[in-house]
Amino acid sequence: MPTTPPPTESGRVADQFDDIDQQREANLFGMWLFLATELLLFGGVFAGFVVFRVIHGEAFAEAAGHLDLALGTLNTALLLTSGLTMALAEQLVNAARRRAALAMLLATLALGAAFLAIKAYEWHHEYMERLMPVLGLPFEYPGKHPQQAELFFNFYFALTGLHAFHMLVGLCILGVLAILTWRWRDPPRIARQVQISGLYWAFVDVLWVVVFTLLYLLRL
Amino acid sequence: MSVSTDPRWPSEHYLKEDWGLRGWLLTTDHKRIAWLYLVSITAFFFLGGLAALLIRLELITPPGDLVSADTYNRLFSLHGIVMVWFFLIPSIPATLGNFLLPMMLGARDLAFPRLNLLSWYVYTLGGLFTLAAVIGGGVDTGWTFYTPYSTLFSNSAVIAAVMGVFIVGFSSILTGLNFIVTTHKMRAPGLTWFRLPLFVWANYATSLIMVLATPVLSCVLMLISVERLFGIGIFDPALGGDPLLFQHLFWFYSHPAVYIMILPGMGVVSEIIACFSRKPVFGYQGMVISIMSIAVFGFVVWGHHMFVAGQSLYAGLMFSFFTFLVALPSAIKAFNWTATLYKARIIFSAPMIYALSFVGLFTIGGLTGIILASIAIDVHVHDTYFVTAHFHYIMVGGMVTSYLGGLHFWWPKLTGRMYSELWSKVAALALFIGFNLTFFPQFLLGYQGMPRRYHEYPADFELLNVMSTLGAGVLAIGYLLPLLYLSWSLRFGAVAGGNPWRATGLEWTVDSPPLKHNFPRTPRVTEPAYAYDPTAD
Amino acid sequence: MSSESAYLPEVSKGLTLMPEQASAFAGEIDALFIALVVVCGLLTLAVFALIAIFGYRYRAGSRVDRRARFGKAADQRLELGVLAVMLVIFMGLFGWAGSLYLEMFRGPPAAMTLNVVGKQWMWKVQHPDGTREINTIHVPAGETIHLRVTSQDVIHSFYLPALRLKRDVLPGTYREAWFTADKPGEYRLFCAEYCGSYHAQMRGKLVVMEPADYQRWLTRQGDSESPAVSGADLFQSYGCSGCHLGKQGVRAPSLAGVFGRAVPLAGGGTLIADEAYLRDSIMQPQKHVVAGFDPIMPSYAGQISEEEVLQLIAYIKSLDAQERATSPAQDPTQGGALP
Repeated sequence: MPTTPPPTESGRVADQFDDIDQQREANLFGMWLFLATELLLFGGVFAGFVVFRVIHGEAFAEAAGHLDLALGTLNTALLLTSGLTMALAEQLVNAARRRAALAMLLATLALGAAFLAIKAYEWHHEYMERLMPVLGLPFEYPGKHPQQAELFFNFYFALTGLHAFHMLVGLCILGVLAILTWRWRDPPRIARQVQISGLYWAFVDVLWVVVFTLLYLLRL
Repeated sequence: MSVSTDPRWPSEHYLKEDWGLRGWLLTTDHKRIAWLYLVSITAFFFLGGLAALLIRLELITPPGDLVSADTYNRLFSLHGIVMVWFFLIPSIPATLGNFLLPMMLGARDLAFPRLNLLSWYVYTLGGLFTLAAVIGGGVDTGWTFYTPYSTLFSNSAVIAAVMGVFIVGFSSILTGLNFIVTTHKMRAPGLTWFRLPLFVWANYATSLIMVLATPVLSCVLMLISVERLFGIGIFDPALGGDPLLFQHLFWFYSHPAVYIMILPGMGVVSEIIACFSRKPVFGYQGMVISIMSIAVFGFVVWGHHMFVAGQSLYAGLMFSFFTFLVALPSAIKAFNWTATLYKARIIFSAPMIYALSFVGLFTIGGLTGIILASIAIDVHVHDTYFVTAHFHYIMVGGMVTSYLGGLHFWWPKLTGRMYSELWSKVAALALFIGFNLTFFPQFLLGYQGMPRRYHEYPADFELLNVMSTLGAGVLAIGYLLPLLYLSWSLRFGAVAGGNPWRATGLEWTVDSPPLKHNFPRTPRVTEPAYAYDPTAD
Repeated sequence: MSSESAYLPEVSKGLTLMPEQASAFAGEIDALFIALVVVCGLLTLAVFALIAIFGYRYRAGSRVDRRARFGKAADQRLELGVLAVMLVIFMGLFGWAGSLYLEMFRGPPAAMTLNVVGKQWMWKVQHPDGTREINTIHVPAGETIHLRVTSQDVIHSFYLPALRLKRDVLPGTYREAWFTADKPGEYRLFCAEYCGSYHAQMRGKLVVMEPADYQRWLTRQGDSESPAVSGADLFQSYGCSGCHLGKQGVRAPSLAGVFGRAVPLAGGGTLIADEAYLRDSIMQPQKHVVAGFDPIMPSYAGQISEEEVLQLIAYIKSLDAQERATSPAQDPTQGGALP
């Protein structure tokens, strides 16, 4: 940790930067780049999925019918709402309204946790229905195309698992932010951190929309 | 002259204090992190080199008599995995790039110093996984991990090796991200884009590829692991998957990865040739455009690895066409380096010998790439020693030569010391001669039809294989010598002073070794890069 | 050598600068290769010569005029000129190589089809009359041979250097190749794609014989069943005939004459029933279900070897001919192996 300049009104400037604007710009730009790499990480799986969705159109559409559209939609709604609360939190921190900002951060945290809980319930449900073809678990598919359905569920677990992992990371970040906001030591710094974390959260939201569309909505 | 009495030895510098473990393992100084990388990649280089030596010794006779077939397969897989992911990809960016990029930009450090340190730890973790794979019996899939062999058939530590490569990928993503942000946001006043040294441009383009292509590799390696662990069938034809999908995704990363390996070398060579020609690089703008177009076009040629794998005829023709196009910027670069020598004042120092070797070897490597891009020829020589020779001309003849050249060029800056002039020239020449002796015979072997990754071979290929193995011996001298005299110079080398080569560039304006934060005050740039004048002196 | 190694025929040749040419096409490839080597050699020579000349003339100690003679604009014109020349050269080479490539894959009418199955670590070959070989392929000289190659396990690559011919061999896919070997003799066969422990022993030989010699060789191999006849036996023993030829209570589509026809699918649309389709229907029956039938057929993946699949396909193809009351052995779609 660099030590020299004491915290000022505008927050601490790290050694390597000339001023706070340069630091903020660099941080934001870095986050955007990171999100670009994340997009490509998911992009590989998305591309694979789309290829097989085209090859095995009917089978995949049928397999998608075995997912719980209602729960999926509910989850989408929860996550989009959390995007809103996160955006509000960002504004409130900027306006130095500490308690309201804290409330919004906690709301985001709660919505995200609810999302994961519902996701876990869905997975459990699929496990009970023997639709979880991973770890050598039995796969018993009632439809016409069990082989292709197995491939579909492979993708389903790969994509939702990867997304849930990103959600989990996001929740940890939100937890840290909530603690920092509660302490309120260095408001300008908190504002920058909330802005950057907000970008990440929005990205996870958008990813889910794509995942939801590909897996749940493209059905018969 | 001893250090204490030489006025050119700075009283303050980044190596002076903090020699405890904490001072190194928890440092956020980009220059010290460069040293961490330098030590690690050197260790991996010699590990990979040892495997190569055993491979060459096995191939000195036609029957498989030195090691068993399974051992041989593990050796060439180890050689490929270690050399590609743990040496070539990090080599110049993570060592010289890490050290020099902030200095060339006039910055005090990279934008994210702790991320930089983290990337070294990630690299080390990946390396440990790979070593675990070696200790756990080795991996025998080749560095390409082709399915379904890697997922269904191989009885070796595929998962550990794949995890190692997966993890090390994040290290290059983090480095790339750091470089891009630093180049965009932290240039010194007056340092416009078109005043940047070509080394910075090359590292910038490399970083773009690292950031955009590596995630796809991570994704495909992840899929391999889950396929092997959980038996899902994305690449398994028996379950409705497609093994060619793996090859597409793999080469979508791994072809641009070739440019990750060569672009920084081009940057290094541009710096060296300009300095020892005492002349600005010929066609600076053309060089910048070439670097960037190589980075972009590099993404649309991956299919040339699959000309006989079964893609459609017209896809094959398109990829062949783009491959010819991507060769054009490389050809321009070779021409511009040569043209820089015209009416120059050429000093044949060790770095210059390396740089000129690079131009020659890279030309051969690039033009044999043209032969391979000629799609009908590729059907014959694909997966033969012709391909092996071609990519070694690019990766060893190109990247390793330029890496050593760069290391010799900036060694005085890194350490404040000079090395033996005579021995360094001997080493540079040994590299050039040994390299050609090792790999030129392999072009002939390849056109004769000797396939790659063969543990034993028909007897009439013996002569050329013996030549190749002897060359590898000379090449080994070219690698071991620098290790010796560079280590020696750390303690006994003469004091170099701030700018022993009388080179331009911000890194040469300060003492050697530099201060912890590089510059006493932020520099101001008023002229383009390479303000050399050949008519002076 | 290790006991795992299969019979490994050795073809010994002396070391030559250019590899042997067993076909006219190999000569065409070599012509392009020599042209490429000449062009690339001259360019390389130019670079090395310029470095040497400039390096000597403009070495630090020499007294020469170093003042720039041309302006920046002239430099740029020179650069663009080099670019243009290289572009023209490269496009010429691309055109030449591309047209040869298309010729290689165009698929001339063939005299006979050989089925080749690669497996760890051997090549299994079956001739149209049923003769089988391992790691050796006998063919008549001067005739166009059609190869249908596939793999039982991992990816291999079928490589005949003397014919400049190579095809990656993928499990689950049929690849095709054609060649006309003109010169009788023995040539090497390699596996070029790394395929596991004994990759280097997955070698064999191609024996090109005068057509009369080839006929004599075939007869010496004794009677063997043609693939279609073997396929008919398999059709019984695997229980295919229970559903697919049963006249009453039809549960499965009849296969008589199905080859080459358009098949309506349950999901809508049609498919031409080619070899790949027939193979998929055996190994992955759920993939393309015929309209009007339930997807009740079990998969034969893992229970049936790739050679047997090829024999079944040969039999199903012969059913087309049976409708015209010929026997499978003289099936015209199998090519005129018995002239």
